[in-house]
Amino acid sequence: MENNPNATEVYEESPGGSLAGYIAGFILSLVLTVVAYWLVLQHKNSGQPMFSHQFLVVTVVVLAITQLFVQLVFFLHLDRESKPRWNLLVASFAAIVVLILVLGSIWIMNNLNYNMQTPAQTDKAIIQDEGVHP
Amino acid sequence: MSEAVSTLKTVTVEPEESKSLFGFWIYIMTDCVLFASLFATYAVLHGNTYGGPGAKELFSLNFVLAETLILLTSSFVCGLAMLAARRGDKRQVLMLFGLTFVLGLAFLGLELTEFHHLYAEGNSWRRSGFLSAFFTLVGTHGAHITSGLIWMGVMMVRVRQNGLTPVSLRRLGLLSLFWHFLDIIWIFIFTIVYLMGAL
Repeated sequence: MENNPNATEVYEESPGGSLAGYIAGFILSLVLTVVAYWLVLQHKNSGQPMFSHQFLVVTVVVLAITQLFVQLVFFLHLDRESKPRWNLLVASFAAIVVLILVLGSIWIMNNLNYNMQTPAQTDKAIIQDEGVHP
Repeated sequence: MSEAVSTLKTVTVEPEESKSLFGFWIYIMTDCVLFASLFATYAVLHGNTYGGPGAKELFSLNFVLAETLILLTSSFVCGLAMLAARRGDKRQVLMLFGLTFVLGLAFLGLELTEFHHLYAEGNSWRRSGFLSAFFTLVGTHGAHITSGLIWMGVMMVRVRQNGLTPVSLRRLGLLSLFWHFLDIIWIFIFTIVYLMGAL
């Protein structure tokens, strides 16, 4: 290693990405998946849902993002990369592009939908959803 | 002595090899952007059912959970196969990648069954904006799975014939990266399309 200063350590090649790491990642992913599934099923099937609709939407998204990080660490070993962390840099940039693309699209299209309502829908939206009484 | 210890802890690779890994990583990140645009399309169109059935009526959660668990297991076994490849255990590599392949094929079969089921009931991509967005998003993932399976098949034949050469080891590394990535994309399809659709 000392002989070749150009040799770089690669996250994928680290033997530290061990059997225990893969098993931990697998179990964590299983738990996160099943918990999200169970929460939604419980909400659907029971007459008295434990949580509100809004809360569940946020929860399943948070669970999915948690699982993303679990798999990035345990399966893709993104945390084991040596400096300079180019892979992490590219991944961060991609994450920013993805967020702008998805959130920006939803924002713009919702706004367009709002402005394209019929007068009756507008009245309903203003009075019922926004609580403004003329 | 100290050098021997340090090589035990960190396997080093030549710049050429780390370059190809980095290049493949950039490809995967651009693929993320492709999927992001399809997710955005789905998020915008998911309510536009044109009088047809919505996500709530169409999808069976149990069926999708089975798909998810199969793909997750496949991704895990793929990781185990890479561990075996680094140990140089050719027999185990073939066995574990074989298992990964079978699980991936089972996943693809389930996905195609669902598609066929929807199509046969008249809920094809031509039915509504929602279904167009659904078929494009999930179908693109399925196409990636298909190409991953073909790649895996080719790699298994090569490993069987030539053994675990440095070149095939590198390619197996890229393949496992690709396979884990597809599992991560599926988590978001599972959450956004199926779980949030059922809510």
